Amino acid sequence: MSTLTTQDTLSPLLETAPSNFATARSAAKAIFLQEGLPAVKAEEYKYTQIARKLEKEISSFQQAQPADITSELIQKSIFEGFEGHLIVLNNGKWDATLSSLPEEISISELEDSSIPVGTIAKPEKDPFVALNQSSFASGLAISVPKKTQIEQPILILSVNQTNGGQVVQPRIWIEAGDFAEVTFIDQAVQPLDGALFSNQVVEIKGGHNSKVHYYKIQNEGKESIEVSNIETDIQKDAQFTAVTISLSGDMVRNNLNLNLLGSNSEGNMYGLYLLNGKTHVDNHTNVDHTIPHAESNELYKGILADSSRGVFNGKIFVRQDAQKTNAFQQNNNILLSEDATVNTKPQLEIWADDVKCSHGCTTGQLDEEALFYLQARGIDKLQAKGLLLYAFAGEVLDHIEDENFKNYCTGLVQQRLGSKF
Amino acid sequence: MLSIKNLHASVEGTPILRGINLEVKAGEVHAIMGPNGSGKSTLASVLAGREEYEVTEGEVTFQNKDLLELAPEDRAREGVFLAFQYPVEIPGVSSTNFLRTAVNQVREYRGLEALDAVKFLSLMKEKMKLVEIDQKLLSRALNEGFSGGEKKRNEIFQMAMLEPTLSILDETDSGLDIDALRIVSNGVNQLKSDKNATIVVTHYQRLLDYIVPDYVHVLYKGRIVKSGTKELALELEEKGYDWIKEEVDSATV
Repeated sequence: MSTLTTQDTLSPLLETAPSNFATARSAAKAIFLQEGLPAVKAEEYKYTQIARKLEKEISSFQQAQPADITSELIQKSIFEGFEGHLIVLNNGKWDATLSSLPEEISISELEDSSIPVGTIAKPEKDPFVALNQSSFASGLAISVPKKTQIEQPILILSVNQTNGGQVVQPRIWIEAGDFAEVTFIDQAVQPLDGALFSNQVVEIKGGHNSKVHYYKIQNEGKESIEVSNIETDIQKDAQFTAVTISLSGDMVRNNLNLNLLGSNSEGNMYGLYLLNGKTHVDNHTNVDHTIPHAESNELYKGILADSSRGVFNGKIFVRQDAQKTNAFQQNNNILLSEDATVNTKPQLEIWADDVKCSHGCTTGQLDEEALFYLQARGIDKLQAKGLLLYAFAGEVLDHIEDENFKNYCTGLVQQRLGSKF
Repeated sequence: MLSIKNLHASVEGTPILRGINLEVKAGEVHAIMGPNGSGKSTLASVLAGREEYEVTEGEVTFQNKDLLELAPEDRAREGVFLAFQYPVEIPGVSSTNFLRTAVNQVREYRGLEALDAVKFLSLMKEKMKLVEIDQKLLSRALNEGFSGGEKKRNEIFQMAMLEPTLSILDETDSGLDIDALRIVSNGVNQLKSDKNATIVVTHYQRLLDYIVPDYVHVLYKGRIVKSGTKELALELEEKGYDWIKEEVDSATV
């Protein structure tokens, strides 16, 4: 039984929260105080006992203040081969001097109350959204004007450097105007060892005909606990693609919600989780088809070793008006150890009658027949395993369009498959 | 080159091979025939090192080495090649990368230098002609979406690339139309030399019109019950297997 009360969690965070967005904050606070952290039996969190984990690992719910970080640290933290623009978040707070962005983009601290915080990622949907919205210390607003194509990706580098068991709450509002195109790479680095809790909320508003790619890579500290809520509204003729690569962490929960709001809109969700040790990664996705003629594609793949655990829950909601919807979902897992676990659940709710929806999930071991075939051609068993696993994972990596980031991820995946597995 | 003595093997506790004896010398082609379920494919699999099969008795030496002691990849590196009855489709693994990895691992084992990209490609081009395989096929994932005939051609192409000492063709004729059969057989024949040997496992005689065996062995109930020359295959084609079954079954009663 969790003894961490809602007051324990919220009160210290509220002490350091600024007074802006008063209405949004107090509404979220009311929700959080009523709902609290997910209970042991909460359906949406039943495989991911995050409250218990937080209670055990987070000594106090203190909001981490910006730390001393140098440009050398930033240079060291940017992945090799990266070419693009940079946004640095220092324990959640935007550091303008360490960031570099093209002129076309406007960026500011999330202060302007005309920004409708909490209207895309609604606090009533998830207690961690409510927690973030009521108490985030600082946030960031990024706007790509209409008809602007940002060719190189924007790396949002979260440097989380906290004193033992503190909380970081990044809050990002992104607006891509009509016909705008932009790619984000979201990566957190943790220069010091130790537990920390990152509770991120990203709201993305895509205009008509906009194209937004949001890549997230999770390979920070082994002891980090992370909840990420990313939600986007996708308008007419617009396209949104998320690729989420999870490689490490203590307990990770990703909520990715796509709202298809205009006809001919397209939402894509791809994910790869490559886990070992005791890492626990939970991907909850939700795509809401509200209008006719929209499409969603989803592919999540997992390779699990040691006593790691993966959770996949994919909701597809097709409302009554959403005729001619195309929605595809697939989740495939390979378990490499008897102690590894996967809980996978496709959830389709279809209220329209003229739609094409498909879903499938598989969980199994490495294909022994394929392994033997490679060995019978003279390929070393370990290498043959690596080859097969990489081929399995590669299908997700193929959806990364930025070549440099793709190479980086490919390297990480190959390194993992070649060494540990 | 290959010496099989009193080989017994079982799968999940069920004995399949019950005392195989076979000697294969360099330059020879041996055909293993027999009715369904007689153990033909099992013999091929045991020689290649498939793990599901447990060798319970007997020994197999290949070029003076204990073959059964070796891992499947080391058997391949020593020069044993199994052309699969059902080649496996492996999505995501490119045919070319796969072959280059295989060829270079085999070369490394044999103390040869790894082939660079240029040398590898020219070797590939040369061997592709043997089985009339299209380069487009090799730019795809390994066997993925290949037709039955294309898969079998790809097996022989791989065989040509790896230059084995002992090739075991497991039902290579199954699923082949007459043109593909001719192309595949032609490839095998061109690869024959007085230094290597071939074991052809087949149910039907028709393949042996193209790949002419020096010896024909009939496998039944896990034993070689009859051996002869290519004329034996013709006799089997004409009379079927029943007369051999009867001969054996009445002798054992």
